[in-house]
Amino acid sequence: MTSGAILRIRDPGPATTVQDFGRHQMRRLGVPVAGTLAPDWLYLVNALVGNAPDLAGLEFRMVGPRFTIDADVLRLAVGGPVSLRIDGPDGRREVPPWTASLAYLGETVAIGRVQTGTTALLAVSGGIDTPPVLDARATYARAALGGHHGRLLQVGDAVPVGSQIDAPLLALAKPPDDLGGPIRLVAGPQDDHFEPTAFSDLCGQEFCVSNSVDRMGMRLEGPVLRHLDPSRAEIVSDGIVPGAVQVPGNGQPIVLLADGQTVGGYPKIATVISADLPRLARRAPGDRIRFMRVDVAEAETAARRMRDDLHRAISTARPVGPDGGLDLRRLYEDNLISGVVDSYNPDPAK
Amino acid sequence: MRILSLGDRAFTVEYASGFDDAARAAVVRLDAAIQSARAVGKLQGVIDVAPTFRSLTVHYDPLLTTRAELEPEIRALSVGAKSAEAAKGSRWTLPVLYGGEGGPDLAGLATAAGLQPAEAVDLHVANPVSVHMLGFLPGFAFMGDIAKPLRQPRLKTPRLRVPAGSVAVADRLTAVYPWESPGGWHLIGRCPVPFFDTSWTQASLLAPADEVRFEPVTPERYAETASALQSGDLSPDDFRETLQ
Repeated sequence: MTSGAILRIRDPGPATTVQDFGRHQMRRLGVPVAGTLAPDWLYLVNALVGNAPDLAGLEFRMVGPRFTIDADVLRLAVGGPVSLRIDGPDGRREVPPWTASLAYLGETVAIGRVQTGTTALLAVSGGIDTPPVLDARATYARAALGGHHGRLLQVGDAVPVGSQIDAPLLALAKPPDDLGGPIRLVAGPQDDHFEPTAFSDLCGQEFCVSNSVDRMGMRLEGPVLRHLDPSRAEIVSDGIVPGAVQVPGNGQPIVLLADGQTVGGYPKIATVISADLPRLARRAPGDRIRFMRVDVAEAETAARRMRDDLHRAISTARPVGPDGGLDLRRLYEDNLISGVVDSYNPDPAK
Repeated sequence: MRILSLGDRAFTVEYASGFDDAARAAVVRLDAAIQSARAVGKLQGVIDVAPTFRSLTVHYDPLLTTRAELEPEIRALSVGAKSAEAAKGSRWTLPVLYGGEGGPDLAGLATAAGLQPAEAVDLHVANPVSVHMLGFLPGFAFMGDIAKPLRQPRLKTPRLRVPAGSVAVADRLTAVYPWESPGGWHLIGRCPVPFFDTSWTQASLLAPADEVRFEPVTPERYAETASALQSGDLSPDDFRETLQ
């Protein structure tokens, strides 16, 4: 184990934050979950550098950061449709996404433009080690909570990294499929606030992601979802979750995302299921969306299946050499591979 | 009481669709019953419980439990929950500089009620309000009920930026914005006391069942208080009248 690496941010990109899985037990104080918009990808990319699934990484929007490294060596990987370039005195290396690699002291790491969608992640071995706030490192910028001083990264930031974990570098056998079919949702809690045609329109028609997308929510454009009583387009506030599809008086839905508030006063016609929310949250303005209704039990099954799929992707990841090439010696050491999977999932009940 | 779906990780136990004292009491009872059950290891898989004015949302991990498993247990707790002793909170007196730059909507709100601004202020400070719930933003306390003449619907067009510390009213509620944020409430003044700090034992200054009285202060007094809070000569706890 080596310790105490630092990322020196030369160019942060437009919106780069420290994120983990967020704060799930502070709602009664009004604290939103925050955490990454892409928890599925954080889970995967952490595994590639030997991290436990919930260590913090950097989440970036549209374009990734460029930084240098204060450490002898750092294991890192990007998750998402984005390129990773390492420039050093010995030349330049291009590392494909979903592939762990090593960067050395004095080298510059540059992450490119997110090719499809809006969001991708960087994992570093040992995780981003900013101080936990209310039990999480997730950045919630509106209240300056967590992350690196509670805000987006800036030029000149020195971002601390935890102790390096000595584990083989891994690459996914194939990148996760991010397109797949309609976005599934469960009706309610206030589907009875709308005309019956509203729900069939929600599931039967196409919606378009508008330009208003941030970590708090995603406004969609499509058929107008009519309230039963247009004069009662608001309710007395009740609990909301990321994925809630709230519909203000104009009938155009807003899907709440990770930074969404804990209570809200617009009726919520449906809730996007947790297995499909990351896929929706990564969509870019102009993308077309279709929704499909499922019941709660199907949604819970989908959540468990998603976890199984993530485990499978990790168990079929292959060891790679330091520069992202295939490491044949390690490939044949089966024990090493299964060892990784076991340490990755210490609790088989999960 | 009815149970509403909120996806595959939460459901809401709703007691009323509007403001309702009986519903609020039922929420407090169920909240206490769930906390007691969790304290003895029941309701495995429940990860958070979030009470509001009229409902309570149960958050769970679908990898550990299911709605089908939890719903009957929560229903039983709802039926069996004994009326707990009325929860007692702290009493606070919070200084407010009314009107002026920090309270751009005071005059309009007073006019709508057929009052002078000073009369509207008198109504806002006359009765203590209680904290019904926290939500919207970290440490944002929904307090009520305010005097009837002051009740106005939210602004038609919400402001994109409400400064931190703004004292606001909407319908029967009043609140202080702990953070700068967008907001649709009427801004009537400014309070210098911080409402949320993760370095405190309890990160939120106010908690449900607390009672708050507002005290009008002069610009000079506001500035003194703000700088004393800044320097540490005053602590937010100094505004607490009585401990619970």
